[in-house]
Amino acid sequence: MQPDIMTTRLRTIMAHSQSFYTQSVSLRVNGSATKLNVDTRVTLLDALRNELGLTGTKKGCDHGQCGACTVLLNGRRIKSCMTLAVMHDGQSVTTVEGLGQDKRLRKLQAAFVKHDAFQCGFCTPGQLMSAAGLLNEVEKPTADQIRELMSGNICRCGAYPHIVAAILETVS
Amino acid sequence: MPMRRLSAHCRSDSRNCVVVMQPFSYLRPTTQNDAFAALKLEPAAAVIAGGTDLLDLMKLGVTAPSQLIDINGLPLAGIELTGQSVMIGALAHMSDVAHDARIVKGFPVLSQALLASASGQLRNVATVGGNLMQRTRCPYFRDNTFPCNKRNPGSGCSAIDGFNRGSAILGTSSKCIAVHPSDMAVALVALSADVVLASRSGTRRVAVEDFYLLPGDTPQNETVLEPGELIVAVEVPASPEAKRSVYLKVRDRASFEFALVSVAAAVKMKGSIITSARFAVGGVAPRPWRTLGAETVLAGKPANVKNFAAAAAAALAGATTSRLNAFKVTLAQNAIKRALALATGVAGP
Repeated sequence: MQPDIMTTRLRTIMAHSQSFYTQSVSLRVNGSATKLNVDTRVTLLDALRNELGLTGTKKGCDHGQCGACTVLLNGRRIKSCMTLAVMHDGQSVTTVEGLGQDKRLRKLQAAFVKHDAFQCGFCTPGQLMSAAGLLNEVEKPTADQIRELMSGNICRCGAYPHIVAAILETVS
Repeated sequence: MPMRRLSAHCRSDSRNCVVVMQPFSYLRPTTQNDAFAALKLEPAAAVIAGGTDLLDLMKLGVTAPSQLIDINGLPLAGIELTGQSVMIGALAHMSDVAHDARIVKGFPVLSQALLASASGQLRNVATVGGNLMQRTRCPYFRDNTFPCNKRNPGSGCSAIDGFNRGSAILGTSSKCIAVHPSDMAVALVALSADVVLASRSGTRRVAVEDFYLLPGDTPQNETVLEPGELIVAVEVPASPEAKRSVYLKVRDRASFEFALVSVAAAVKMKGSIITSARFAVGGVAPRPWRTLGAETVLAGKPANVKNFAAAAAAALAGATTSRLNAFKVTLAQNAIKRALALATGVAGP
């Protein structure tokens, strides 16, 4: 049994890695295919920010509590600080950079501007991505549902009422 | 690789930023046999599914596996309903289970417990198996600078004379008073669910309640999971009680918070008489706390506040409180009364 086990293990490691602790991972980020060689410890968040230069996604607590790092993974909102880049080979990530452009804001982004749904703006990319994910989960959320479903995104400036108003506008 | 490229836990002072995840190798087996082989070869490996708790603990330096075995390539995410039960794969995401129409209809307590857990982003990633395996939120367990018998056996328990507002009041020992944090497990215990474990030598089932060990003298041993074993599924029997069930969670804020106390209640009624009742209490013990004696108090009795109170008193019998958590006895009793009122449809407290 032992030689068989070694084969399985070595085959899996050798197929993807330059060394024991570095692996290659292919991601589709905002529609573009990209291939990275990363330390196994690198979170998806750090890969986006440090390897790909996509600094729109913010690092707040780095412990899954604040929501500033929210991105869409295969269309579902997740916290990119609480998952490793190497776990997402072949998967698709959307960051705030992929949500809209300066001159062509998404409806959601325009609603955040209209309702002044931020103060310092640090949490805003996470709020936007979380809201985008929420709207994929619930078609027409009520204000109460929005408050509950956005509880994974903290805003220290306390822009919550405006954030709820902005999201509500996009579903009305 | 420069340290600054890695996630580090810096606290408020970045100059003392020393905790960095230890290096680990990474494997993604695509068959259960490969996963078992990897587990056997690398005893210090950890299995990762959603990773929402494990990576947190690795960043904190509480755990440092030499290898991560990513089981997301295994086909274990299905939810299958037969006439008698629902089989939920270990890799089913919390959000998928919570929103599954068959779960919402046949096992509402399970859906409610899942939706009362964590946040939307975490529920999209966290899995059923990982939820069962999540570690306690006791602040001393999650902080390397304090003694903790669970993290470092023999070092002492900081909670017993420390900040123990969230600590357990039932099933504790002089070595550990940590609470199991899962909401889902509380619902599963009330529903008499089994966890299905697989290893190279086959599969076995354990009642979710028996899956967890009480701390005794060895709080570092938390479950009956053997080395080389994987959780592959949870099986929940269908029943009239499961259909008429509720989850009540009491916490310090309305959302995205662990329970101070929670109750999963499931009842079967004939008119206004309770023919059978089951309930489990969360937030009070090292595992979901179910007391058969407290349930028999209700069997054959009218659903009313007096009988609910008798059952609640029986469930909390033997509670041992610490300096800051004596309130949990009353809170748990009130939560039981209210959950039973909600499940039976009686106007309650």
